[in-house]
Amino acid sequence: MMHDIPLAWMLALSATVFVIGVVGVLVRRNALVIFMSIELMLNAGNLAFVAFSRALGSLDGQVFVFFVMTVAAAEVAVGLAIIVNVFRLKETIYVDEINLLKG
Amino acid sequence: MMPFTMPSLIAVDWWALGAVIALSVGAMLLLVLEFVPAPPASNRGAFVTLLALLAAAGSVLEVRDARRSLFDGMFLHDGFTVFFTVLFCVIGAVAVLQSWDYVKRTRINHGEYYALLLSSTLGMVLMAASNDLITIFLGLELMSLALYVLVGFRRTRLDSSEAAMKYFLLGAFASGFLLYGIALLYGATGTTNLAKVAMFLADSPMIGNPMLIVGGLLLLVGFGFKVAAVPFHMWTPDAYEGAPTTVTGYMSAGAKAAGFAALLRVLLVAFPPLMSEWRPILSWIAALTMTVGNVTALLQTNVKRMLAYSSIAHAGYLLVAVVAGGLDGGSAALFYLAVYSFMNLGAFGVLALLGRGAEERVTIKDLAGLGFRSPMLGLAMTVFMLSLGGVPPTSGFMGKVYLFSVAVKAGLIPLVIVGVLNSVVSVFYYLRVTVAMYMQEPGAEPVEIAWAPSAAIAVVITLALTLWWGVQAQDLLTTAQRSILGLL
Repeated sequence: MMHDIPLAWMLALSATVFVIGVVGVLVRRNALVIFMSIELMLNAGNLAFVAFSRALGSLDGQVFVFFVMTVAAAEVAVGLAIIVNVFRLKETIYVDEINLLKG
Repeated sequence: MMPFTMPSLIAVDWWALGAVIALSVGAMLLLVLEFVPAPPASNRGAFVTLLALLAAAGSVLEVRDARRSLFDGMFLHDGFTVFFTVLFCVIGAVAVLQSWDYVKRTRINHGEYYALLLSSTLGMVLMAASNDLITIFLGLELMSLALYVLVGFRRTRLDSSEAAMKYFLLGAFASGFLLYGIALLYGATGTTNLAKVAMFLADSPMIGNPMLIVGGLLLLVGFGFKVAAVPFHMWTPDAYEGAPTTVTGYMSAGAKAAGFAALLRVLLVAFPPLMSEWRPILSWIAALTMTVGNVTALLQTNVKRMLAYSSIAHAGYLLVAVVAGGLDGGSAALFYLAVYSFMNLGAFGVLALLGRGAEERVTIKDLAGLGFRSPMLGLAMTVFMLSLGGVPPTSGFMGKVYLFSVAVKAGLIPLVIVGVLNSVVSVFYYLRVTVAMYMQEPGAEPVEIAWAPSAAIAVVITLALTLWWGVQAQDLLTTAQRSILGLL
């Protein structure tokens, strides 16, 4: 088939997206950007699921993606609410400046 | 492509799903009830929650002897599920009793509080009952999302909101690792069902497959975050300190037990063939977790934060049991989880009683003189501290004896030495609390004790269990052993 992309390429893309996400979480200090990086990690997982699903010829992986997307949407709802609430109280979402709790 | 077959609803064993149904109906009912106005001092939410938890525990005990597999093997009803479902329901019920007055006093008495409590309990039950990585992931997210909100429930306070944000960001980060690990395992084995993963690994030992190894490691990272194992523990002290005290108690017991339930099922069902791979890794994590948790706890002045580090240390002891593996290790882990849950819940329950209104008085100084001002509370706190430290005749002692003896039998002598040394260190900071209560004068502004009947019941329940299992551990031990049998 003309459109047959090798599994390795898809996995390489998924791994790249995942690593971008991990690095983003570790180096960025803005809570929203960290959150976006986390979403990248989840989507990298989705991509891997779809790729494997195709390679293995089983539908399971594609079904899981729906679950993951639902979970990610719920996570956005909760996460943004928490971040907005912090912003209301502190007027910043830079995690370095939010440092009341330590010890 | 595999043929698509419609799952039959009639064939679903509704009794085995009773706990899940009771908890979800309860949570939804609470949300709907919010449309009906209630006075601010209403106990409606707490009542409904208690009923739902009772119904869940009752329905799961009703069919406890049958081992059933539902939804194409994704959900298992076995002894393991029953053990944890009952444990989570009792933890939830104790948390409700503790919250009963606390939420009114701190003015967070909203119906959502209890709805979220039930949802997270439901998530925990799903985690323990899941026999499939995807349902474990769903259960874990259900539990975590509810807990993120509960941690930030005092939303006008910055410490609570900050704790929620840190917990959320790190928890979601961990979920990302977990999910990617699941995806890689799915790719390597072609299934996410734990039993099928085990069959696949037994048939074709592909130990060297990097996808499998990396997937397994990412899975461990994800679970490590949830059970607060070093080096994935950074969120724990902040989340525990900022959360409402009753929520801290609930999550320190429930979330940890759920994390270990899922970890045990994954490791003991799916990955025995890879035991030689994960055992050394988990041994190191266990040793690190015990040591870092205990040593850092020594430096704390806030008791909530100290107990957070102590809970990290206890995750380390539990990991020793997981490393021991098999029937003995598994039952030791179950036994210790039950014991740990109630002594920890009890300690946080006592802390939740301190302070007037929404103020929080949980430093060691605040506890000064408490033993004389309120002998009952002082005694209870002393028992919980001794139990956490592993001093006889408390349940914590029995738990540690059993756990370490199992580890010795499994040949983990170095880990046991580290564990025992750590126990000795831990007694020091637990005793600091007792010393403050009995040997120090209260400060200029002695802390007010907000007694309430429901909270007193919670203290009595946790105290009774802690003492009972300290002298009469046989029943719990037999139950733990029977519960783990179904897994192996």
